Amino acid sequence: MSGFETGGEQASIVSVTDRVRAISVGAPVTSVYFLGDRAGFVGAEENVSFVNAEGEISKIEVLSGGILCATSDGKRIVMGGDNGKLVALDAKGEVTELAVDPKRRWIDNVALHPDGAVAWSIGKTAYVRSGKNEDKSFEVPSTVGGLAFAPKGLRLAIAHYNGATLWFPNMAANGEFLEWAGSHLGVTFSPDNKFLVTAMHEPALHGWRLADNRHMRMSGYPGRVKSMSWSAGGKFLATSGADMVIMWPFASKDGPMGKEPAMLAPLQARVAAVACHPKQDILACGYSDGTVLMVRLEDGAEILVRRNGTPPVVALGWNVKGTLLAFADEAGEGGILPL
Amino acid sequence: MAEASKIPVTVLTGYLGAGKTTLLNRILSENHGKKYAVIVNEFGEIGIDNDLIIGADEEVFEMNNGCICCTVRGDLVRIMEGLMRRKGKFDAIIVETTGLADPAPVAQTFFVDEDVQKNARLDAVVTVADAKWLSERLKDAPEAKNQIAFADVIVLNKTDLVSKGELTEVEARIRGINPYAKLHRTERCKVALSDVLERGAFDLDRILDIEPDFLEVDDHDHDHDHDHHHGHDHHHHDHDHDHGHSLKHYHDEDMQSLALKTDKPLDPTKFMPWLQNLVATEGQKILRSKGILAFTGDDDRYVFQGVHMMLEGDHQRKWKNDEKRESRIVFIGRELPEQTIRAGFESCITT
Repeated sequence: MSGFETGGEQASIVSVTDRVRAISVGAPVTSVYFLGDRAGFVGAEENVSFVNAEGEISKIEVLSGGILCATSDGKRIVMGGDNGKLVALDAKGEVTELAVDPKRRWIDNVALHPDGAVAWSIGKTAYVRSGKNEDKSFEVPSTVGGLAFAPKGLRLAIAHYNGATLWFPNMAANGEFLEWAGSHLGVTFSPDNKFLVTAMHEPALHGWRLADNRHMRMSGYPGRVKSMSWSAGGKFLATSGADMVIMWPFASKDGPMGKEPAMLAPLQARVAAVACHPKQDILACGYSDGTVLMVRLEDGAEILVRRNGTPPVVALGWNVKGTLLAFADEAGEGGILPL
Repeated sequence: MAEASKIPVTVLTGYLGAGKTTLLNRILSENHGKKYAVIVNEFGEIGIDNDLIIGADEEVFEMNNGCICCTVRGDLVRIMEGLMRRKGKFDAIIVETTGLADPAPVAQTFFVDEDVQKNARLDAVVTVADAKWLSERLKDAPEAKNQIAFADVIVLNKTDLVSKGELTEVEARIRGINPYAKLHRTERCKVALSDVLERGAFDLDRILDIEPDFLEVDDHDHDHDHDHHHGHDHHHHDHDHDHGHSLKHYHDEDMQSLALKTDKPLDPTKFMPWLQNLVATEGQKILRSKGILAFTGDDDRYVFQGVHMMLEGDHQRKWKNDEKRESRIVFIGRELPEQTIRAGFESCITT
């Protein structure tokens, strides 16, 4: 990374827009994940569009209907649809049907564990498939808002109304309920396994320190937080929802308790998506006006990746090595930046 | 996104057995060339292809935003997000509630949720009522009364099962609660689709239907000092029922509407804080509110509408030269503190 320079007196920001390989998926996109060096742009319905290093697009039909949720572990993209199907797409472009709901209800959420276990949810029920074992299911009191596996052990966090439940699928015991009033949607564990953070329906995050279930309220956002990303090593949680990237510090044992967040890359637009670099202290952020920036965490130095003037950026992702950044706006216009 | 390009959402409500499913099937089976996404609470009763049918759980949660009555339908937020993946596959959305549901959380979802608002707009609350049983339900089921009070359109169904006298009676009961809704008498929910869909009832630009919908001999503003049950029963047989004279005049004990009017300009620095304070303190009692306002030194009409504690308002357009600059507001609610509201409103008049 030699492109970063401090702004100083310069009126204009350092730009790498000319190095971006523009991509037009031709249909609405909701997220992007790299499988090897190919970026898989997940469409709002039916298709994933693979884009290789040369910018060639190949469309693969994965679900006959809306794609409601997607996640990836770098080896496959797993998606749930409004036709009740859960499917996996691998790097070769092969689609495997993992589960079908007999009533064809919506599959609202999906999560992957590093060891290959997969979790999904339909209404109030969360399901886990791990290894060759039979599927296990767990019902929470209200519709599941989000799912996340803990980085260690087989433990699933299920976000729902009035809190989150930690479920150990291989243990007979009931889940452990973490209470906090309101509707909890997104959910994520800190990489060190010490904290659980949920994104709420109202513009706030809520966190629990898992050792003692102490609460952490992270509020002040003008809009709902829809995108969260842990920085390399888990020192910060970068979030969308404000007109700048809000970075909550998680390096100390108290996490963000009693601390102010760091604020990076302020613009006259709402941050819509964040993706931290997998190895370095750099993040990419996309805005509601279509802007994409790369930001150095240390000093907030910015590089322009894409100019404004389009629908919101919704998809943002790095390859595992951190040498490629892919992005797309809601309408499916995007690009890949090689570093 | 411009209001016009947002997907219209019709809320279909009504007490158990009133005929919601009949109306829904009628809407879906009619040859209108449109596709609907229908959010229902029970599968199985609707057998129409080509439309998206989604099951919902009516999950209500309280927002932690300080409004004690601010509840929203979390399941709708989620379903709307999912439906937006299939934008372009349907023209409108119909949300059917359960027979015992309060329509407020559905409406409030459209007021508070940024994402829902971005893509969709609330079109109208349509309540199906059973002509034979509604009068009874209004006595023993608060839910039924809520649904009538909240409605923009009332489909008074099963009129073939009641006598003319009973029909007049039930209409008067409805009008005692909600004189502003459009009322349609139907058999088997036979109603023109244009009467229930694309109503624009929550469109600020169309807050014109502020006058009571039925013809009334008395001015609704000063009807409280006479006998509430002064209905002219004995006139029924020789009067055309379209005339106001033949209508009974009921005053519902716990759910009423209140209309206020002045031709003197209002002081916006007094009115706005008063209105906001009113809905903040009495919002649980106020189900719906609407107003067209003439402010001092302002050439624009100001319009607002609200659901419980939530308000939205905007300058609408210039007052026309031949238009009477008067301010009118209506509230529908239960146990409305009438004198307090009247006095508060009077104090906002520019002196």
